[in-house]
Amino acid sequence: MVKGNGGKDVVIEVRDLLVGFGNHIVLDHVDLDVYRGEILGFVGGSGAGKSVLMRTIIGLLPKREGAIKVFGTDMQAASDTARRAIERRWGILFQQGALFSSLTVMENLQFPVREYLDLSQDLLDELAVAKLAMVGLDASVCDKFPAELSGGMTKRVALARALALDPEIVFLDEPTSGLDPIGAGEFDSLIATLQRTLGLTVFMVTHDLDSLHTVCDRIAVLADGKIIAAGTMDTMLASTHPWLQAYFHGKRSRVNQLETGIPIPSSTRA
Amino acid sequence: MSDILLEATAQGEQLRLAGTGAWTAQNAHNLEALIDSEIRRGGTISHVVIDMGRVDRLDTFGAWLLERLTRSFTARGCDTKVTGLKVDYRALIDEVHGVKPEHKAEHRGSTLASTIASVGENIVSVGHSFGAIVNMLGALVIVLARIVSHPRRFRFTSMVHQLDNVGWRAVPIILLITFLIGCIIAQQGIFHFRKFGADIYVVDMVGILVLRELGVLIVSIMVAGRSGSAYTAELGSMKMREEIDALHTMGFDPIEVLILPRIVALVIGVPILTFLGSMAALYGGGLVCWLYGGIDPDIFLSRLKEAITLDHFKVGLIKAPFMALVVGVVACVEGLAVKGSAESLGLQTTASVVESIFLVIVLDGLFAIFFASIGM
Repeated sequence: MVKGNGGKDVVIEVRDLLVGFGNHIVLDHVDLDVYRGEILGFVGGSGAGKSVLMRTIIGLLPKREGAIKVFGTDMQAASDTARRAIERRWGILFQQGALFSSLTVMENLQFPVREYLDLSQDLLDELAVAKLAMVGLDASVCDKFPAELSGGMTKRVALARALALDPEIVFLDEPTSGLDPIGAGEFDSLIATLQRTLGLTVFMVTHDLDSLHTVCDRIAVLADGKIIAAGTMDTMLASTHPWLQAYFHGKRSRVNQLETGIPIPSSTRA
Repeated sequence: MSDILLEATAQGEQLRLAGTGAWTAQNAHNLEALIDSEIRRGGTISHVVIDMGRVDRLDTFGAWLLERLTRSFTARGCDTKVTGLKVDYRALIDEVHGVKPEHKAEHRGSTLASTIASVGENIVSVGHSFGAIVNMLGALVIVLARIVSHPRRFRFTSMVHQLDNVGWRAVPIILLITFLIGCIIAQQGIFHFRKFGADIYVVDMVGILVLRELGVLIVSIMVAGRSGSAYTAELGSMKMREEIDALHTMGFDPIEVLILPRIVALVIGVPILTFLGSMAALYGGGLVCWLYGGIDPDIFLSRLKEAITLDHFKVGLIKAPFMALVVGVVACVEGLAVKGSAESLGLQTTASVVESIFLVIVLDGLFAIFFASIGM
């Protein structure tokens, strides 16, 4: 566990978090820190509770115990006004995009801005086009409805909407799932570029080993309801934990493809 | 909010602008006004220097407004320079600088032309939906022919499940509504017929009206609102989630698997509901005649026996399965017409109910002409 990483600023602090549904405990006393300006890749087996943790942090799911602090504010203790102020400082890219299907792309992008800020229609239009350009789309998609977009375009528009209010943190729920390797690679570099230009903190739930290798500064691993490891890719690769071994040294991992092309028995690597 | 965001000093042909404070979303409203007033500044200006050294925060909103400022001065032919920009913001400014000139929303045509156009579009879409209904009827006939030759392919379980939903579970509400309708027409009849001393003919009116028209009409309209809309919504959301495509690819015919059991359930259920509804309406009518009109149940029944013939009863019941077919086919056609959005699901469900009620009433009119001409 890497903690207090060189006195870096912690923007999300999860302590002792317990989340469950009925008798089933999904997150069992989880601790996690997210530092300002980093891209955190969050991995774990399917159904391990990655999305549950993300949804608990953003307040969509209730927690049973523990504390979540965002920008140093305890989300549970905060007043409605304080919580809303924090909600304006994050943007969320849902797995399926969650674009409003009855609004055009342009209206989708303008929706949060229009609600929160009093800007002229001209500026709203220009900003929407600028945001679309930042995520690599041109103005021709403005008048389309979400149902008319391809999967990759939906993800890009959803990212643009997540960025609409210039948030400090963005949560990405499997941003590259369902994209082809080229599209996924472009999306990764897009996230890296935006992170650099806008100084974002990115919390990315992902299964994409390439994303983890190329864009993530740090990786946190969730298994058996706990964070079993957090650190850089090198830490992950060096770990002897069987789950990490299977995940990062499996047949599909880069390590094997790059080094030998032949699966290496995990015992010889450890 | 009262922060100074932009200071301007003009020296001859040179304009110096100095940005200060936070150029962020919060201040975008004020900043836009300041920047636009600079853009509109009169006089001859040949050099513009924008000093960003004292801007301590900058986000996309601020970056875009700076870009707007430089673009409009450059477009006026001024030599525009931005100085003192912090290194951290360089990338953001470059990003915004790459944005192509703005998108203009396409202009709609004149209102008269667009009104006429929308009338035309509506007529065409009515034609299309009529075509779709005929198509669906044809597809149903083909599937029925297939079922007749291979009876085991019929989804009996599914049909029974649907029959439970649209028939059995609809009984209480149908009984209640038809009972009330029976009461109301009996009361109105007695009230007005009494002026002519013709109270007893209320029994004729209630009997004929309920058995021939009202029973089947009320039931069909209720079923269109209750079950037709449910069919449209179910099939529509299956369409949205690609379940219907999945059926196709597995080699199943959605019409056979999803639509036929539903329509058969309606065709069986609606006549039963019509019968029950008519009885409830007669009961309600009889009750009001007794309590409000002073017509004893015995007299009511013997009068009813004279007033109605089996033909009246048959007319109502013969119509019922056709009404069911119309409601079912329209509901399924509209369900399959749903596109990707939640809004379209709502639109098609509304269209399904409105269209099926309209067609039920039109069909009832056609039946009235038909039965009159064959003397039933």
